[in-house]
Amino acid sequence: MTYSRTNTLQLRTPEGIVFSLPLAGPVSRFLAWGVDGACIMAASSLIRELLGLFGSSGLASATYVIAYFVLSVGYGIAFEWYWRGQTLGKRVLNLRVMDVQALRLEFGQVVVRNLLRFVDILPGLYLLGGTACVLSRRFQRLGDLAANTIVVRAPKVAQPNLEQLLGGKFNSLLEYRHLAARLRQRTSPQAAAVALEALIRRDELEPQARLRVFAALSEHFRSVVEFPPEAVEQLSDEQYVRNVVEILYRRADKS
Amino acid sequence: MIIDLTRFLAEERKHWSELETTLDRIERRPEERMGLRELLRFHELYERASADLAKIETFSSEPEIRAYLEGLVARSYSEIHETREKQQRLNPWRWFIETFPRAFRRHLGAFGISLAVTIAGCVFGGVAIRIDPEAKQVIMPFPGLKDDPGERVRKEESAKEDKLAGQKSTFAAQLMTHNTQVAIFTMALGITWGAGTAIMLFYNGVILGAVAVDYVYAGQARFLLGWLLPHGAVEIPSILLAGQAGFLLASALIGWGARKTRRQRLREIAPDLVTIIFGAGVLLVWAGIVESFLSQYHQPVIPYALKIAFGAAELVALTLFLAKSGSTAKEKSAK
Repeated sequence: MTYSRTNTLQLRTPEGIVFSLPLAGPVSRFLAWGVDGACIMAASSLIRELLGLFGSSGLASATYVIAYFVLSVGYGIAFEWYWRGQTLGKRVLNLRVMDVQALRLEFGQVVVRNLLRFVDILPGLYLLGGTACVLSRRFQRLGDLAANTIVVRAPKVAQPNLEQLLGGKFNSLLEYRHLAARLRQRTSPQAAAVALEALIRRDELEPQARLRVFAALSEHFRSVVEFPPEAVEQLSDEQYVRNVVEILYRRADKS
Repeated sequence: MIIDLTRFLAEERKHWSELETTLDRIERRPEERMGLRELLRFHELYERASADLAKIETFSSEPEIRAYLEGLVARSYSEIHETREKQQRLNPWRWFIETFPRAFRRHLGAFGISLAVTIAGCVFGGVAIRIDPEAKQVIMPFPGLKDDPGERVRKEESAKEDKLAGQKSTFAAQLMTHNTQVAIFTMALGITWGAGTAIMLFYNGVILGAVAVDYVYAGQARFLLGWLLPHGAVEIPSILLAGQAGFLLASALIGWGARKTRRQRLREIAPDLVTIIFGAGVLLVWAGIVESFLSQYHQPVIPYALKIAFGAAELVALTLFLAKSGSTAKEKSAK
């Protein structure tokens, strides 16, 4: 288990596979807490209104006092236990509480981290917990340290759809199979990934930036392997990069 | 070599989708248990996704697929590699009469520290109020306690009206929640290596000692016992239990002479810590009811002897409960 400078927790499974969990920072956690606080306030107001229907009896008042206490202390425990590390606020912000070794959360861990909020919140607005969170390598507040938990960002990543990007149009570079093979041989996975990422995110770029990015990439790949002029003439930089990416990410015999 | 991404996607996508569906189901319905066949299939899909992740990392740096596969592997990992014992379905009655007293007995050292710190606070408070009567204005937390004990007893015993009429339930609820908050706070301060827990217990002891000495020297010992014992016989031990939980947390953090890592120590004490603090919470519910419905009524409404006898019986019952209830054969043979 290692921690990188990019705020991720890297884990190695017994099978030797490494995967990383992006750790949630104090700001997103504070926002999630804000959402949870609003939910608790809304629920307690609702309870107060409902109890008001029974008049202002002592029993209604006592029920409200207990209900508010149970709600404020039990909200985090109940949601994090049933939703496996998520409250409403954490769901909205795509955060999840996890065991520090990425194992399943135990009930004891959920209770300890939530009860330790009584100290984390001191002297107000989670100042102590927030400070501990900023100083901790794993962004852990005191409750997380005691419970062996971390909070990770858990965006639901959809399955990537790359077929549309990688196939279809005529690719003049594929006519020169030996040069295409050389290109595949000489290109590093990192350079290939940059080109693919540029194509995936091309519509997010400003027009001028888009021209500059693809000009730079095209220049790089032209320097790696030189194709004959008839194969590259009338190809824009972006189309050139698109053709290169298709060579890199598809087998030549499938073209 | 860079991977043939489109073929890779075409071949593997259906397996990833199946794994994703299984994970969604597990997360949506955590109480559901998988059959053997389903488990084997789940394991196979996890291994396949892991192998795909390794392939992507080795032969291609395609970030979208890597992020997607990392998400799948991370979600599956906690399900596959969980080796800790599955929690049994909770039976609240058995938990209270067996699990709770057993957890208490396993950590008598921490309870002893809790008791010792509170007694030290009591001695300090008692001595302080004898040496410097002016300190009473600073030590006593409520205005009613700052007055002369004799005057208060006279007022309470001659009261014609029920000052809590129509408010007993609310008062009991306020006492329960306030005392439970104090108990949780005392436990949570164990994270300060026990210093915060010790300060809380000592402070409680100071108030208790000061009140006791003030009333005893004013010749109101009988009133004091009749007033404090019915709820205090449960409330004070509950705060001591919270202190025990706090010192348990502190001992796991400090780890004197332990060969285990801090993480292992914290993991080991978590179930007992939760049991003790929940047990203290249950006891405080009882204490709140007694304080509101019984402790606030004095002679001639309720004779002091009856209140003192009730409180003493509670104390004996609680002691026996914590000492004996749910004793295991191992505990008995150890004796």
